[in-house]
Amino acid sequence: MSSPIQLQPDETFILNVGPQHPATHGVLRVKMEMNGEYIVDAETVIGYIHRMHEKMGEVKTYPQYLMNLSRMDYLGAMGYSHGHVLVVEKAAGIEVPERAEYIRAIMVELNRVASHLFWFGAFVMDLGGFSPLMYALQDREYILDMMEAVTGSRLTYCYFRFGGLYNDIDDDFISAARRFIPRMRKSLKKYHKLVTGNIIFHKRLEGIAPLTKEMCRKYGASSAVARGSGINFDVRKNEPYSVYPEFDFDVPVYHECDSLARYNVRMEEMEQSLRIIEQGLDKLPDGPIMPKKKPKLIKPPAGDYYQAVETARGSFGIRLVSDGTKTPYRLKLRSPTYSNMHLFDEACRGMMIMDALAFMGSLDLVIPEIDR
Amino acid sequence: MSLTLLNVIVAVVIAIAFAAANAAYLVWAERRGAARIQRRPGPNINGPFGLLQPPLDGIKLMAKQLLIPGGADKVLFIAAPVLAMFPAIMSFVTIPFSDSIVAKNMNVGILMIFAFASMGGMSLLFAGWSSRNKYAMMSSVRAVSQAVAYEIPMLITTITVVMIAGSMDLMEIVHQQSASILHWNIFPLLGNSHNILMPFSFLIFFTCTLAETNRAPFDLGEAESELVAGFHTEYGSMGFGLFFMGEYANIVIGSCMTVILFLGGWSCPFGLFPGVWWFLLKLYLLIATFIWIRWTFPRTTIYGLLNLSWKILIPLSLFNLLFTAGLIKVF
Repeated sequence: MSSPIQLQPDETFILNVGPQHPATHGVLRVKMEMNGEYIVDAETVIGYIHRMHEKMGEVKTYPQYLMNLSRMDYLGAMGYSHGHVLVVEKAAGIEVPERAEYIRAIMVELNRVASHLFWFGAFVMDLGGFSPLMYALQDREYILDMMEAVTGSRLTYCYFRFGGLYNDIDDDFISAARRFIPRMRKSLKKYHKLVTGNIIFHKRLEGIAPLTKEMCRKYGASSAVARGSGINFDVRKNEPYSVYPEFDFDVPVYHECDSLARYNVRMEEMEQSLRIIEQGLDKLPDGPIMPKKKPKLIKPPAGDYYQAVETARGSFGIRLVSDGTKTPYRLKLRSPTYSNMHLFDEACRGMMIMDALAFMGSLDLVIPEIDR
Repeated sequence: MSLTLLNVIVAVVIAIAFAAANAAYLVWAERRGAARIQRRPGPNINGPFGLLQPPLDGIKLMAKQLLIPGGADKVLFIAAPVLAMFPAIMSFVTIPFSDSIVAKNMNVGILMIFAFASMGGMSLLFAGWSSRNKYAMMSSVRAVSQAVAYEIPMLITTITVVMIAGSMDLMEIVHQQSASILHWNIFPLLGNSHNILMPFSFLIFFTCTLAETNRAPFDLGEAESELVAGFHTEYGSMGFGLFFMGEYANIVIGSCMTVILFLGGWSCPFGLFPGVWWFLLKLYLLIATFIWIRWTFPRTTIYGLLNLSWKILIPLSLFNLLFTAGLIKVF
């Protein structure tokens, strides 16, 4: 671990990391004031991929806006769509058939595994080990193929509809998902052998970038960032929605506060997601996937609605203010990575650049989701 | 006189050819090996097994324009890649591949190889300094501190072997190990070295070779995830190509040294058919290990790297040196 040194602020230079830099995984720019290899101060600059998703929410009608949510986070798109359909259903009072909710949960969890797999590979790549990415992508490919057959797309899904789903899952999907669970468990064991047990990997993460509980609360961090710092918060447990109360799963919490804790939380979350998928497939009820009665034109009564969901990147909140017309008055998206990322400025002070970029990897940033 | 000059020229040409061919085809081997490790095919389109890939890559690199960034120190910027390749090629001149295949044997061969190896650090410094790029600068500072830190234990370990052999002549060192596999310097009991620490010397030497050649897990000079591409960030075209080939040529030199100092050179493990093939077999096995390590381990940190050298490897190799000296005195 790097021992703190006496930094001399007058002997610094500015290093621009990004907007195109291999470690930022997108168009994030970090302005770093460096003293040799040590970071004196850092400032994250965002907005390079701003696409006005919130404004579009005010202009487009409800069904038109469905596809926007999956463009926010291209790795874990299902979770964001889930939040959107839930809040509109809550506002418009649309009943959802039970089968549809189960399928939604299965899809969101599968997508979470896919997203975490990609994060795992990219994170180890940030640390300089390239091979695990290829292994992780192979498992992710299986999920994408499986979901493509049902949803029609591989990355930016538009699968959820207000009241239900676009397409029912078939026996092929169910048997593929059942085959996937043991396969993924085997892979996880392999990853632990290949990466978690590696001494260099441990040395690079243990005790690096400690984030206190207070700091996580101050910045509103969620997901593995908060759970790696001992905050037991998971929207699926704390503010249950959809059919999550029916499932038996644990929320992994680590108290070490370092990068390794964040890594461990995500690795365990994959296992928990597999448990949810397993139970979802067992309990999957028969029935329709769209409600019988559904308004032709979605016009929620005037009011203020909020729904939080746990996406792969943390707790995603969506606030809908309706004035009774066919477009929302305001649609505020609370994206988890935005809060997680802003920790970086404060936490990376005094760190060496290679530790800081490993720390950035452990935050699991997806830049389009920050910029929206 | 003229005959000697001709000899030297022929030797240098052969050394360049060997170094270039090795560098080119090790890139191919590395890419195929990495692909095998990562469960993908790798380059397999151009020629059988993708064997035409390296020459085509070379043509592509040569066809590109060599861009010199504004504000760069032009002389150093152009000199650096040449300096990366030159010492590696010169070192080949004195390496004996077998009893008869050696360009120019010297009685201070080891000294010459280390003298040239030290120049490698200079090319990294020049490249980083002249590029006028902060990433390149940081990388070259790292690379030089790394080169200095790892040259010391490497030299001390080499001195241990030289003490055992009583010669700095690479031929002589191999001849002393040629009786059987148990006479190799890596094994402690038979042969010259009655030193039970020799396997550790081998490990120290091997680790230092990894670090000296800037290979993963010690590739901090390159560190693509934080320093973009390190010292060769600003290099394109054949400037980059020379750095790349220099890296592989250095790997070959490092492995050659390991084979000669510890693994008995061209002698056969069972005393059968000693010859250049045994040398090449050992050489490429070692290089395969290099590739295997690179694609398995993540990168260390710069302080972890320097700590490993100054706090562990240097004391260990010094102790090893004293121990060996004591043993030689006693027996």
